[in-house]
Parts: sequence; structure tokens; C-alpha cells
Amino acid sequence: MSSLELLGIKKRYGDSEILKGIDISVDAGEFLVLVGPSGCGKSTLLNIIAGLDTATEGDVRIGGRSVRDEHPSERDIAMVFQSYALYPNMTVAQNISFGMEMRKVPKPERERAIQDASKLLQIEHLLGRRPGQLSGGQRQRVAMGRALVRNPKIFLFDEPLSNLDAQLRLDMRTEIKKLHQRLGATIVYVTHDQIEAMTLATRIAVMRNGELQQLGTPAEVYSEPVNLFVAGFMGSPRMNLAPGRLVQAGNELVLEIQAGEQPKVAIALPSQPEAVRAYAGREIIAGLRAEAISYGAVSGNGPRRTMNATVEVTEPTGADTLAVLMVGGHEMTARLQPDFPLRAGQQGEFGIDLGKLIFFEPKGGQRIK
Amino acid sequence: MAEAAWETPKMARGRGNRWSRVIIYGLLAFFALVYLLPLVVMLLTSLKPLPEIYAGNMIALPQEWTVEPWRKAWEEVCVGLACHGIKGYFWNSIKMAFFGVTISTAIGALNGYVLTKWRFRGDNLLFGLILFGCFIPFQIVLIPMATILGKLGLASSTTGLVLVHVTYGIAFTTLFFRNYYAVFPDELVKAAMMDGARFWAIFFRILLPSSGPIIAVSMIWQFTNIWNDFLFGASFSTGESAPMTVALNNVVNTSTAEREYNVHMAAAVIAALPTLLVYVFGGRYFVRGLMAGSVKG
Amino acid sequence: MKADARRQTPAVLWLQRNLPKIVLSPTVAITLVFVYGFIAWTTLLSFTRSKTIPNFDWVGFSQYARVWAHPRWDVAMHNLWIFGLLYIGLCLAIGLLLAILLDQRIRQEGTLRAIYLYPMALSFIVTGTAWKWMLNPGLGVEKLMRGWGFEDFKFDWIINEDMAIYCVVIAGVWQASGFVMAMFLAGLRGIDDDIVKAASIDGASMPRIYLRIILPMLRPIFLSAVVILAHLAIKSYDLVLALTGGGPGYATELPSTFMYVHTFLRNELAMGSASAVMMLLTVAAIIVPYLYSEMRSSRRPAH
Repeated sequence: MSSLELLGIKKRYGDSEILKGIDISVDAGEFLVLVGPSGCGKSTLLNIIAGLDTATEGDVRIGGRSVRDEHPSERDIAMVFQSYALYPNMTVAQNISFGMEMRKVPKPERERAIQDASKLLQIEHLLGRRPGQLSGGQRQRVAMGRALVRNPKIFLFDEPLSNLDAQLRLDMRTEIKKLHQRLGATIVYVTHDQIEAMTLATRIAVMRNGELQQLGTPAEVYSEPVNLFVAGFMGSPRMNLAPGRLVQAGNELVLEIQAGEQPKVAIALPSQPEAVRAYAGREIIAGLRAEAISYGAVSGNGPRRTMNATVEVTEPTGADTLAVLMVGGHEMTARLQPDFPLRAGQQGEFGIDLGKLIFFEPKGGQRIK
Repeated sequence: MAEAAWETPKMARGRGNRWSRVIIYGLLAFFALVYLLPLVVMLLTSLKPLPEIYAGNMIALPQEWTVEPWRKAWEEVCVGLACHGIKGYFWNSIKMAFFGVTISTAIGALNGYVLTKWRFRGDNLLFGLILFGCFIPFQIVLIPMATILGKLGLASSTTGLVLVHVTYGIAFTTLFFRNYYAVFPDELVKAAMMDGARFWAIFFRILLPSSGPIIAVSMIWQFTNIWNDFLFGASFSTGESAPMTVALNNVVNTSTAEREYNVHMAAAVIAALPTLLVYVFGGRYFVRGLMAGSVKG
Repeated sequence: MKADARRQTPAVLWLQRNLPKIVLSPTVAITLVFVYGFIAWTTLLSFTRSKTIPNFDWVGFSQYARVWAHPRWDVAMHNLWIFGLLYIGLCLAIGLLLAILLDQRIRQEGTLRAIYLYPMALSFIVTGTAWKWMLNPGLGVEKLMRGWGFEDFKFDWIINEDMAIYCVVIAGVWQASGFVMAMFLAGLRGIDDDIVKAASIDGASMPRIYLRIILPMLRPIFLSAVVILAHLAIKSYDLVLALTGGGPGYATELPSTFMYVHTFLRNELAMGSASAVMMLLTVAAIIVPYLYSEMRSSRRPAH
């Protein structure tokens, strides 16, 4: 039985449809991340799960039981907010125990719960302080402590790391992941940051304009995106998406990339599935991750070809070099070795891991499989 | 917020050369004197014996200091037909102000809470309707109110006045609290809801403890308005139940034989003291109240 | 596990769900009755023949005609214009001047501010009493000046039929200009310093910066101040009563005193009602457009 089921969730505000029918089911212990650009409806969906907002249509089931009509505090869930929402007039200990007080948990039990949670999150020394006296990371932990003592079936996180500076964000991200592993909790997590999504999730739900684009593991979403949007949204640097044409040349299928008067780049492809072969002679969009392009030494196990390209810009990051290449008139980003020798303006032969090349329909953006 | 902006002076506009600083300070000092003059005159006049007043000028220091006018004002001066001083009327105002302030503040707080944290259809319209009450000239309600108070048997009582002040004070207190709670983080309310707090718990445990400043603003504003009110007092109370302002006007404007100006001034100062003291000690909140109506909501 | 799952009757559930509206309803009821209901009541009376007690014989607009034909109303309207324009104009000018002066990094700014603003804390009766004393010919300013050597100094405006209204202006401006100063000061402080610096670098002199850049940015405050001052001017009753009693004669009559006199002293309930309705209409003509534009532009804050 799933921990959480979202069945046909729709939400309308006046004339605009914020959510157009979301169906997701989450198993116990899963870490589901709702990710998408702002305005895609992910926070609304989270609020509906929490009961802070009601769906216009559809049902929410927790532990097999419909909670549509239940007050947020009765759904057996806990939520960590973007601004932490710590009660300013109470101490840390009071903040954590407030929910238990509302549920009339007896004092000794409350004390014990506070002790356990604060030890787990290493905030014991902060119990007597007020939120105003805490740093961002400390407030985060207190907010999590407040959620923990509830012992909920599901934890909801609403962009909890957005208000932290870059380094702290990385540290807290790891802490959240560790917590998930330790507690085996079921988590639904909202973020607009796709790196957070990739690193934390067991499954990712990519959303856009109120619709679910793809629901899958990080690996699936990264390597097997279901449409152009997912391909372009997930992963950094973005997947290279180059418009081209598939041409039948004898027995081989060739991908031609050419923009305007630039020299054409032709890549002979290994055998492709039926659906791709059907596009011979037509326009197509090719998708290739930056790490599937190489220079000099070979990388990856798939069949490879080389292509000629001119270097536009190189961006050394220390661990590698990101090079923006001009390929047949289109720009592509390649992740190359840190000691990549070419400079802007120079030409070279670059290897492509053809096993990683995927195709999309130009109209509609669907993946061709 | 307007208050913070008001209290932290920014960089000086323009470099002052010597002369312009002199002019600036000169002007400011001149105006300060003009503003202080009436108060000083009142005080000085209230401490002089009557012959000195006729003999000297209004800003001359008393040659013979006396607090007799104050005692007379408090205990002896005639208000209408009764000659027991103004102390009774002073206490009337205190009672009226106490209940008026507390009740209207409490109701305003609840209204502000409901209007900002429990949205429902038409709530902005209702707020607008309530808000309009801040602006009506009270002359428009005098006749009906007099009739109603008469029918309720509250025609000449402090209770009746309390009712009137609460009724017409709610618009202001609702404005204050509504604007204050509007910028109170919604996520705090959501978190409390998830913790199991319902309507009353959220109000008493989460909102109210953080409402100190606005409660001060509301109480100071209401106190000042209720204490200083004259129109309602004059229209709805007579004789013994009149508030301080009505008594003062009576004392000062009765054309009996000899005008005891020093007693009049003493009575005026006594009447002014409570709101002045509140102003001196709660000035910051007084200003916030003044601004609340004028700065965009 | 959860707390008890009490069975709740439909009535209790309905109560809980509608609690916010229930809490708000007494205020709504009070407003409907005591504000709008009373306005309707008074308006109704203004169309009747009521004298000492309400009488519901309909007479159309004849009471309004009587009011407008009344010489005292003439004086009252005339005074309202003079008083209103001078009161608003002087308060704006003095308030702005003081605000600009105080904005120049003055050492005793807090004290000065407190001094300019304290008159707002006083009752109009106290203000009227104090100024009545000061403007008393023979004992007040006149005597002071004569004592200082200006033998022929005359300042008997307060008993002069033509000049008495200006005394009301003086006292009123004294009371309210501090408030206007406070508003402008807050506005000045809210202006981004960078804008002033940019203008300085562009070569503008301080007076020009004030005139061309800062003052225009204060326009919303001008507007608010005018609305509030106009509203205060129309309502002012206590001040006139304490200062001049409406006199000499009825030289300082204002619509508010007219209304009071006719309603409570002259047993002309309907005429009093008519004058009150006209006061309301004047206030509404100013306030309603202002409120409407305020509520439109500042929609409910981000949810």
C-alpha cells in the first residue's frame, strides 16, 4: 500500500488552471522531489497534500485513507517551510513542543521527544534561545526538529534551502539526505533547483504549467528524458539540443547539423530503433549531454564518431573544462578534461558517445523512442 | 515601514555652509517657541493670582506663585449649576476612556485577525465598508444615536458614551490591526495550523504575543480620541455624567461675573495632562497611529 | 496516534467552519446599523417636517432650500471655504518647511519633532481655550505687544466680525501643522539617497533638487495630507466652539456649528439633518475617490 496517493488532482483559481490533473503515488520510505520552474504548481500541490489548500477536483490518500476533508493537523504529516516559520515569541524548546501541546501529549513524553530530536539534529545547546538569536542553518534544524517530533507518516519540505547561502545549502542538503537514510521517512520535497532534486530524490516529478512532465528516478530523468522540457531542465550544464535532419545514405542513417551557411556536420549513426528510422528525411532534434563529447582520449563505452567543431569559449572549472563548441552552426557545450589544449577560435576533432545520443520530435518536443 | 523611516535620519541633504545652518536653526527655534507658547502661557497663567493677570502680560513669570487656581479648578469651580470642581468629570472621562479603549482595541484585534488570516469572499469589501466609518463626520449620526440612547435608557450616562465611543472607534482599531496582521507572515499561521492550532489558539498563542506595538498604537490612539472628544460628550451626556472636555468648555465659556482666568487655565491644563503624558511616554506609537491612516495600507 | 476522534454534530461543525465570519459579524452588524443605518435615518429626517421631534411628513427638498436660504448657512459656507483653504494651505506649507528643515541633520531633532507634534495630542477644547486667552484683546498678545513698547498695537481679531475666522485658522494650523510635518518627514526619509546623489553629480543645486526631484516624489503625501486636512476642516466643531463660540454673533459659524445649533437648540431637527447630510456629502466627495484609488492600487498583500 502506498504511503501517499494523488489521484487526478486539479486546482482552479477563477479562470486559471494551476494544476491540470496530477497522478502520483509515493511508497513508504521514498524521497519524492517535485521540481519545476516557478509557477509550475509544485508548491500548490504540496499545500494540497498538507491540507492548507483544497483541490478543486481529485483526491489525496495517506496510508490508503482519503484525507480530503481532514484538517492539516489530523493528516499525520509534518511540514518544513521555506522561511522555517518558527514562532518568534517562543524558545526553541517551546517551538518544538507546541504541536505536541496542541495534541495534548503529556509533559514527560513531550520532554523526551524534544530531547531525542534535539540530540539527533545537534541543537541541544539552543533549546533556551529564541529564533531571533539563531543563524539560518540553526533555524532550519529547529524547523526540522519541530517536524520530527510529530512522528508523521510523511514529511513535507517547501523549498527549505532557498534562503541559505551557497555553502550552507550544500551542507544542509547532505544533512537532509542523512536524515532520510537514518529515519527511513517518506518525504515529499519541493524545489526549483534541479541539482537538489538530482542529489536528494529517490524519484523526481518534473512539473511544468500544472502538468506532470515526467516521474522517474534521477537516472531516468537525466538520461531518458521524456520530452524537450525535461531534457533541457534537468542537468547542469543543460543538455545540448541541436536541430538537425536525418538523412538516409545507403544503409546508414546520417544526422546532419547545419545552420545557415555554416559548414555541415554529418554524423553517421549506428542502428537505430524503428521509431527513429521512421524520421529519415525529416527534421529532428538531437540531444546530447556535455559529458558525451570528448577530445583526444576516449570516454564511455558506446560506439563513437568524431565531428569537427570550432571552440567558442572555454570555461575551466578546476575539475574539468567546459567548452562551448560551434558544431555546424549550433552551439554545444562539452565537458572535457581539465588540461584541454585548444583555445577560443581553434578547430578540432571531437568524439561523440553515440550511445548517449537521443532524439526528439521538433513539433511537440516528445522523445522519439 | 513609515515609523522606521521616520526614526533613522539619512545623510544630510546638502552641505551646510555656516549661514544656512544659522538660518535653519533660527527658523526651527522660532517655530519651537510659537508651538510652545500656548502651553507655557496656560501654565504661567494658571499659577498667578488674578490681580497679577490683569496687571501684567501673558508671558510674565508669576511674582507670586500660587497653586490656588489648581485647587479651585479641581474642587470648587462651577460647572453649570454644580460647584464641585472638575474632579468628578475628570473621573468620568477616565472611566469612559478605560472601557472605550480596551473594548474597541480587543474587537479591532479580532477583526484584523479575521480579515487577514481567514480570507473569504467579500472580505475586502467588508473591510472597505468598515473603514468608511473612520471618515464620516459624526454630525450625521447624532440624531439617531440620541434617539436610540434615549430608548435604551442610556441617555445621560457614562455607559452610553462608552457604547458610542466603542461603536465609532472600531473602524480605527480594525484598520490598525488589519494592516499590522496583513504583513504578519502567513507561514507562521500555516505552521501553527499544521501543529494543530485552530482559530482561537492561533490568535492567542501566535498572533497576540507578537502584537505589542500595534496594541500600543491602538490604545494610545483610542485614548487620545476618546479623552479629547467633545461632540459626543456634549450631545449625549448632561450634568453629572459629562466628560472632562464638556466640563472644561462649560467652565471657560460661562459668562458669570468675574472671569477667573487662572482657574480656567488650570482646568485646561488638567484636562490636557493625560493625553500629554501619554504623548510624552508613548510618542513613537502615537506617531504610528497618525501615520497608519495616511500611509498606503 | 491521533487524539480522540470526537463525533461532532453538524451544528458544531458548521460553527467551527464559519467561526471567522461569526467573529466578524458583530462589527459588521454594528457598522451596518450605526453607520449606514444612521446615515439613512438622518437623510430620511432631512426630507421631513421634523422640528422638535421626528415627524414623518414628507416635504421633499424644502428643508435643504431653507438651509441654503438661511443667512447663517451663507456665512457658514463662506467661512468653510476661507477656513478650509487657509487651513490646508498653511498646514501644508509650514509642515513641509519644518520637515525639510528637520531633514537637514539637526542635532535636537527628536526634541523639536516632539514639540511640533504635541498639539495634536490636545483636545480642540484645550487648544481653543488657550488661544482664546492668547488672542484676548486687552489681556493677550495685544497687551504683550503694548507692554513691549508698541503702543498702538491692535489685535482684536477675535471680537472682530470680519477677522474672527482667521483666528480659527491660526489655532487650527497651530494644532495640525505638526502632523503634516510628520508625514512629510517620513516621506523625505523614504526617498532614496542615491537619487539625490545622482542629481548632485549631474550638477543640480540643492534648491533645484528639492523643487524638481524631491517634491514631486512627495506627491502621494501631499494628496494624503490634503484629504486628511480637508476631512478635519469639515468636521471641526470643538475648536470653533471653544475659541469663539461661533461668534462674535455668528461670524465664525461653520456647517458643524450650524448643525448643532439647529438640531439641539433651535428645535429644527430636519434642517439640522439636512445640514449634516451636506457635510457628509462634502466629506464623501473627497474621501471616496481617494479611498477607492488607494484600495485599487494596494491590492491585498501577497498571500
